[in-house]
Amino acid sequence: MTNSIADLEESDCFLITGSNTSECHPVIADMVRRACKRRGAKLIVVEPREIPLAREAHIFLQPRPGTDVAWLNGMMHVIWKERLWDEAFVKERTEGAEALFRTIDRYPPRRVEMITGIPQDQLIRAARMYGSAPRSAVLFAMGLTQHISGTDNVKSSANLAMLTGNVGRPGTGVNPLRGQNNVQGACDMGALPNVFSGYQRVSDINNRAKFEKAWGRLLSGKPGLTLTAAGEAIQCEKIKALYIMGENPLLTDADLTHVKKALARLDLAIVQDIFLTETARLAHVVFPAACFAEKEGTFTNTDRRVQRVRRAVPAPGQCLMDWEIIARLSTAFGYPMRYGSARNIFSELAALTPSYQGITYDRLEAGGLHWPCPDAKHPGTPILHQGQFVRGKGLFHAVEYRPPAELPDTDYPFTLTTGRYYEHYHTGTMTRRSKGLDLLCPQGYAEINPEDAGEMEVEEGDRVVLTSRRGRVEMHARPNPACPRGIIFAPFHFHEARINLLTNPARDPVADTPEFKVCAVRLEKAAD
Amino acid sequence: MIAITIDNRNVLAEPQDTILQAASRNGIRIPTLCYHKRLSPIGSCRICMVEVTGMDKPVPACTTPVAEGMTVETRTERVMELRRTVIRMMLINHPMECHVCGASGSCALQDLAYEYGVAAHEFGEIPVNRRVKPYATPLIPYDPNKCVLCLRCVHACQEIKGIDALSIALRGSLAHIQGERSRCISCGECWQVCPVGALTQAVTDPPTRIHQMEAVTTTCGYCGVGCQMELRVMDGKVWGVTAPDDPEGPNNGSLCAKGRFGFDFIGHPDRLTVPLIREGGRFREASWEEALAYAARKLKEICASHGPDAVMGFSSARCTNEENYLFQKFLRAGVGTNNVDHCARL
Repeated sequence: MTNSIADLEESDCFLITGSNTSECHPVIADMVRRACKRRGAKLIVVEPREIPLAREAHIFLQPRPGTDVAWLNGMMHVIWKERLWDEAFVKERTEGAEALFRTIDRYPPRRVEMITGIPQDQLIRAARMYGSAPRSAVLFAMGLTQHISGTDNVKSSANLAMLTGNVGRPGTGVNPLRGQNNVQGACDMGALPNVFSGYQRVSDINNRAKFEKAWGRLLSGKPGLTLTAAGEAIQCEKIKALYIMGENPLLTDADLTHVKKALARLDLAIVQDIFLTETARLAHVVFPAACFAEKEGTFTNTDRRVQRVRRAVPAPGQCLMDWEIIARLSTAFGYPMRYGSARNIFSELAALTPSYQGITYDRLEAGGLHWPCPDAKHPGTPILHQGQFVRGKGLFHAVEYRPPAELPDTDYPFTLTTGRYYEHYHTGTMTRRSKGLDLLCPQGYAEINPEDAGEMEVEEGDRVVLTSRRGRVEMHARPNPACPRGIIFAPFHFHEARINLLTNPARDPVADTPEFKVCAVRLEKAAD
Repeated sequence: MIAITIDNRNVLAEPQDTILQAASRNGIRIPTLCYHKRLSPIGSCRICMVEVTGMDKPVPACTTPVAEGMTVETRTERVMELRRTVIRMMLINHPMECHVCGASGSCALQDLAYEYGVAAHEFGEIPVNRRVKPYATPLIPYDPNKCVLCLRCVHACQEIKGIDALSIALRGSLAHIQGERSRCISCGECWQVCPVGALTQAVTDPPTRIHQMEAVTTTCGYCGVGCQMELRVMDGKVWGVTAPDDPEGPNNGSLCAKGRFGFDFIGHPDRLTVPLIREGGRFREASWEEALAYAARKLKEICASHGPDAVMGFSSARCTNEENYLFQKFLRAGVGTNNVDHCARL
């Protein structure tokens, strides 16, 4: 997030898109509701499905899945034409606006309605609401990124915020709500193929020299493979060994049939986890790990706040903390690692990571710190891009709408979109083993528009078969008016209905993120 | 600041203060029950009644604003007796079973009854036959006899969560809290703010009272909000989750159902507890030494015959910063490849 969570309490207008906030980030949804009820802040929700927060929105736009660039360009078109944009901000703090204007000029509301299905008058109202509020914040999640145009969608949101001067001030910003407890931290720590910790590029010789000195080894400057490219690399025998720590790709990756085939081809699969997951079952060796309640360390949350994790209970059996396992494996491999504690590792990483340099365990005792926090006296940075952008001037990226990779047709007439339930988390390994959550929500459903269900003679609880070009899944159906016609929603939490057997592995060209949110499927009643 | 007098002391208050806030600011304790600092003043319980010169009747300190020159008395015999009466009325139909009540020791009613020396209500037998529907969530049982109708739960559901699943039903001795299951999100905010034992937790059977257990403050392991939570621990097991009353935390003392009730997996019998090595299509248990040596040897063989770029690591957005740092360090410096990624792109 460019801004902090606490900061949201100061927004005058929220534009929430691609985020089922009340189910996936409930505590942030609470803040949005509070701001609307207590201070009269405005809420615009843009979602293909009528998510719970949509019912509380002042304006709810329902675009066709995968058409985000079009409506974002359309909103900017209206804001630009009606002179609701922040001319001074654009002039002083940004560059590339002329190219943006040429692009958004081609997205009048009439054309946007044809692409997205959003009525012109509603788009105009939303543009005026966002564009005229003193402090507007964009909130988004994977509904914006899990598309072949994911990067473009995010760039478009940033364009909208910059065009209206909604950057670098309290209550504004472009705010991705990150789905996992430490996905921000894993990125910050360099668990990415092209950067060391703190986003220091491996291709830069000076960065390599710095890490070579600290780590005592020569380092490769060739960026590695992405997770989503790994399957192909395994199939063509470029990758022979895979070390998987705390991930369950056999439920989470797109097109699971191919993922499973790839994992089976490996000469060595090491899986380190807290349960014998679907993925761990295919491993050659499994390391039992401690869970978050059994370890010391830090997580970095969605607003870049580094916070402590503390050991509350001992780990069962012979489980070790993940860092202990890595250190012992590395030592056995011939690269000795000796750390007495997580604190010692943190000191080492902070010294090598400029944005974490001022953070220490002692300082974290008093509460979390937002990075960048470059020195021991620095109070942390809840709001980014104040005064100037990190790169100097904010750069507009004019982007054009591109349709999703797979659209419905006569053979596969429905659009499938996937996501989470409030009660569950990812592949359900933790939440489905928690009595209370399982009691609240024991199973998943293929949710379908009631009129579509009527035509298919499908009733609540019927078994249905969903088929895509990649696989088939049988599950219970539930008519739900939150789904517009032609759209089926299904969660990915349930191993007995592995929805990612169906999803499309087509990827965003920059981020390599698969298009989980759009694929074409067929729905049939299951044979008895 | 404005000047007022509380219990014959001249003190300063902010102009927007209530009497309660002004007293608290100056270290003067006024007893409260329905008041909660994360909620706007409710004014339902009448425990914080004080006398103000010039006013005929005692007023609630939590909702009465201060005024320049105001003179307040917090412990006159009149308000002390008023408080005793309020406590007695709360004890009508209250089951006198503190010894088996989960709230004992952290119960505001128990503390007030002790402080004001109220042993029983002395109103005689008053039979009440409330017909109470199931509470808003199956995870939180509600006991209307223990409920003091302070309305903290209703206000928390409304003000903190914006959910509005709770309301008060009927009046007088039949009054109770009613919940709407279709609205409730089982976040447990009501349970967290309940000052007595009216709301409890259904899913665990803790060996002792949750509030008496050790509280370990940590960061929630589910979504990216980073809520600060307290794991309530006894005998090496997590029995419940509370939220620290910390306005600085990203969650400001609030949690969702996953944070509050998603902890049973921690000590679940399905947990992996020993290293496993696959042999002939099946897993067998192995020692750490053997499993690590096996993995290290195979990794070295693959590096030797195919080069370090034949190895890849999937790190984890679930693990700590320290672990992610070490993981990429192992792949980059130990193995010698940049083939390291995690599920951020999923």
